[in-house]
Amino acid sequence: MDNKLEKIVQTLQEKFGATFEEFRGEAHVFVKPEQIVEALTFLRDQHEFALLSAMTAVDYWPQESPRFHVIYQLTSLTQNLSVQLRIPVNGSQLKVPTATGVFAVANWREREIMDMFGIEFEGHPDPRRILLPDDLDGHPLRKDFPLGYEEPQFTFNFEEIDVRKPYVKE
Amino acid sequence: MSEYQLQEIPVGPYKHLVSERAISGETMILNMGPQHPSTHGVLRLVLELDGEVIVNCVPEIGYLHTGVEKNMEAKTYLKAEVMTDRLDYMNNMGNNLAYVMAVEKLVGLDVPPRAQALRVILTELQRIASHLVWLGTTALDLAAMSVFLYCFREREIILDIFEMVSGQRMMVTYFRPGGVWRDVPVEFEAAVRDFIKLLPKRIDEYEALLTKNPLWLDRTVGIGKLDAATALQHGVTGPMLRASGINWDLRKVRPYMGYEQYDFNVPVATQGDTYARYIVRVQELRESLKIVEQALNKLPMGPVRSDNRKFVTPPRSEIGTSMEALIHHFKLWTEGFPAPKASIYNAVESPRGELGVYLEGDGGPKPYRIHWRTPSFDNLSVVPQIVKGHLVADLIAILASTDIVLGDIDR
Repeated sequence: MDNKLEKIVQTLQEKFGATFEEFRGEAHVFVKPEQIVEALTFLRDQHEFALLSAMTAVDYWPQESPRFHVIYQLTSLTQNLSVQLRIPVNGSQLKVPTATGVFAVANWREREIMDMFGIEFEGHPDPRRILLPDDLDGHPLRKDFPLGYEEPQFTFNFEEIDVRKPYVKE
Repeated sequence: MSEYQLQEIPVGPYKHLVSERAISGETMILNMGPQHPSTHGVLRLVLELDGEVIVNCVPEIGYLHTGVEKNMEAKTYLKAEVMTDRLDYMNNMGNNLAYVMAVEKLVGLDVPPRAQALRVILTELQRIASHLVWLGTTALDLAAMSVFLYCFREREIILDIFEMVSGQRMMVTYFRPGGVWRDVPVEFEAAVRDFIKLLPKRIDEYEALLTKNPLWLDRTVGIGKLDAATALQHGVTGPMLRASGINWDLRKVRPYMGYEQYDFNVPVATQGDTYARYIVRVQELRESLKIVEQALNKLPMGPVRSDNRKFVTPPRSEIGTSMEALIHHFKLWTEGFPAPKASIYNAVESPRGELGVYLEGDGGPKPYRIHWRTPSFDNLSVVPQIVKGHLVADLIAILASTDIVLGDIDR
């Protein structure tokens, strides 16, 4: 791992009590959910991580608890460095403070996570579903959401299958 | 026909996104799309208009959502690759590259130099094809019909080259973890060389039609200005970011696949308007040609796939004569190979910006989680910011200049 990155990770460890993992030269820093806005602001202002490259979540149900990780991939253009912040989110309390105040790009990214995982971002300015229909029940990228299929309808059984179709009927 | 009536769009769901004047009925809410020729796919925009001036713009996406991320979790690493082509359908080779590089990084696979050079040549050709489609459709949106026809004529040559190497014009799946599917045919080099010879003259033609055309300048100069700070805040990358004055190209700053061997410039403009984005992309066409030419000149001989049989299927010729090769082939395609329980993030420079893959393995043969950080998604999210105060006709120009692909946004 890069020397400069190592120093940044060390300051994160001191300041936020963060734990740290390394895999193939990538730094994954674990912070607490309530510290995330502070940590992102710190990295943006003190260490020039101006770009929130990616933001996503992972569901570890049922093996692990806390169930979710929300992931923030940050890039520094001036130093050419990347660091990944991860926050564990408990399945019973799906609330994370929003990062839209720090990075405007978090707006749509958080809406996507909200849509796909059902994690709520407190203080989000526009908490609507983004990719999926508003009336959909459930959050598809969770591991307990089955990878289903749609029954094909033919002329001879159209009516019969139409009754079972999930969409709203007149 | 009398039963057709204009329906008002309810302000309700967008109440927090439009101005007070929309609620009182002073400004008008207008729907644009999802079936609209200049939204470049199925994108719906809810516009708040004061006369013809845009007050607010709310993009509604998701019409092309296919659940690729969820579907990939149910396939082995080798089989999941076919879905990558379907994401950004203007950048199939680039999507393949992002995915196979992520898998290679996760399991720790090396790629032979010839395969690396072939990957560079083909992704750069794909970048040219993508920029040609962008240039053609943008010109078409701004009423320059002939450029569209010319650009598609040249793109056809690239698609023919893709068909020659992979058997498919668009959904190629040509790059595989550890190399490429098979070596290129003998005619490949001549075909690419012909194209390299042809295209610079053709780019001059497009530029003669557009660059100093007063109508084109009227529609693009000063339209949709995006400053560098806003661009970074909204995660904008690629030619759009470079048109706003930030020199950031992953091929240059974090070279992969041997990009460091090739001599090329990263075009940057500072104005940040629609015209600057046009200039940057046209320059990139020429730079990509330079890379293709150098890579073709240096193209080394040798194998096109890694011979690590634990991850890479053996070539067809071996299967007929070697029992072990047959076993490996069978095991890799039915069971797949295990990847470590770890996660990586790998980004490449797609024609639209940073195309990142977050890939997590769980020790088994299927990805535990794969996330696509697609550039169009973030590039579109800045559009509501930059269209404010422009006319509806300028929205068309701005939207075209962001070069969005809806398959890339909705995934």
